[in-house]
Amino acid sequence: MFEELRELGFVVITVAFERTVEDAREWIDAAAPTHPSLIDTTWSIADLYHVENVPTVFWIDEEGRIVRPQDVAFGSNMFQDFTGIDADVHQAALRSWVRGETAALAPEAVERHLRVPTEADQLARAEFGLGRWLWEQGRAEAARAHFQRAEELAPNLWTCWRGSMRMQDEDPMGELFFEKMTAYRGEGGVMARVIVD
Amino acid sequence: MDQTSLLSLIHNDGVSAIEARIAGRRMLIEPTMLEAVTGWHRRPEGLCRGEVCVPVRDTAAIDGPDGTVDLVGVAALLGRPFVVDAEAGTAYLGEAALDRAAMLRSQVAPEFTLPDLAGRHHSLSEHRGKKVFFVAWASW
Repeated sequence: MFEELRELGFVVITVAFERTVEDAREWIDAAAPTHPSLIDTTWSIADLYHVENVPTVFWIDEEGRIVRPQDVAFGSNMFQDFTGIDADVHQAALRSWVRGETAALAPEAVERHLRVPTEADQLARAEFGLGRWLWEQGRAEAARAHFQRAEELAPNLWTCWRGSMRMQDEDPMGELFFEKMTAYRGEGGVMARVIVD
Repeated sequence: MDQTSLLSLIHNDGVSAIEARIAGRRMLIEPTMLEAVTGWHRRPEGLCRGEVCVPVRDTAAIDGPDGTVDLVGVAALLGRPFVVDAEAGTAYLGEAALDRAAMLRSQVAPEFTLPDLAGRHHSLSEHRGKKVFFVAWASW
């Protein structure tokens, strides 16, 4: 995707939050990307960039500044029925920015749309991080209590509660996921925040 | 210190084996260990790292017996989340919400280095001078 934009000084960088490098291999191999496709087995980027759900995208300009904070974009409309998001809208805006036809967001707009973590979010990430480490050490049972605590602290952090489902032998696309998603949205929770500017 | 146990302390830069004494809700460690793991050290004027010092008003919350410091108190003073699982011999020192927020509000994209499938490391800063579409995703 976006191959035609490469000569304009544009790069796509993807980061996948995965238990192991192997979890991502088949997906990345199938896409055969030419851009850096990175694996984050400690969810460090979720913490650093306050990524609440996936996919989340950022636009970063030539000087390394965030010119579009956490936004939602899809590569295709495969999930449009589920998400209600038309992938073409973001893609058109991105192309226009890369070609220099439109400016990215002004700093005031970036500030307005930027999402930053609360203390509960960071405590949840610490619980998740401890659980993830225990899981990696083969201590899945000890990990479970920490994943559950993270979920209680920050149900808005899908990267934690949904991201830990496989480490709890649960299906992230299974019945339990849909139950939790429905409950969360029923309480006014947001699954995907799309920037409209 | 007596009755110390060896714990795995997970933090931003990795995992450190630390000797600690868990006493009630406190986790007492040697100040040298605190500095090695966090960069902060206990000075008469407060808790310091580089040129920055945070005053310690409630010394009882930070200082333990025999010149030790309480990591639970230090984390609280710095606003950093700290989770201890004594049974599992593990603790996690996270990053302060205020620090994370300040970094993002500066609108400078935080630097990172991560491996690709082949194990080759890439940093964001390698792409300075280009427009970057940065995508966080997962196979799940």
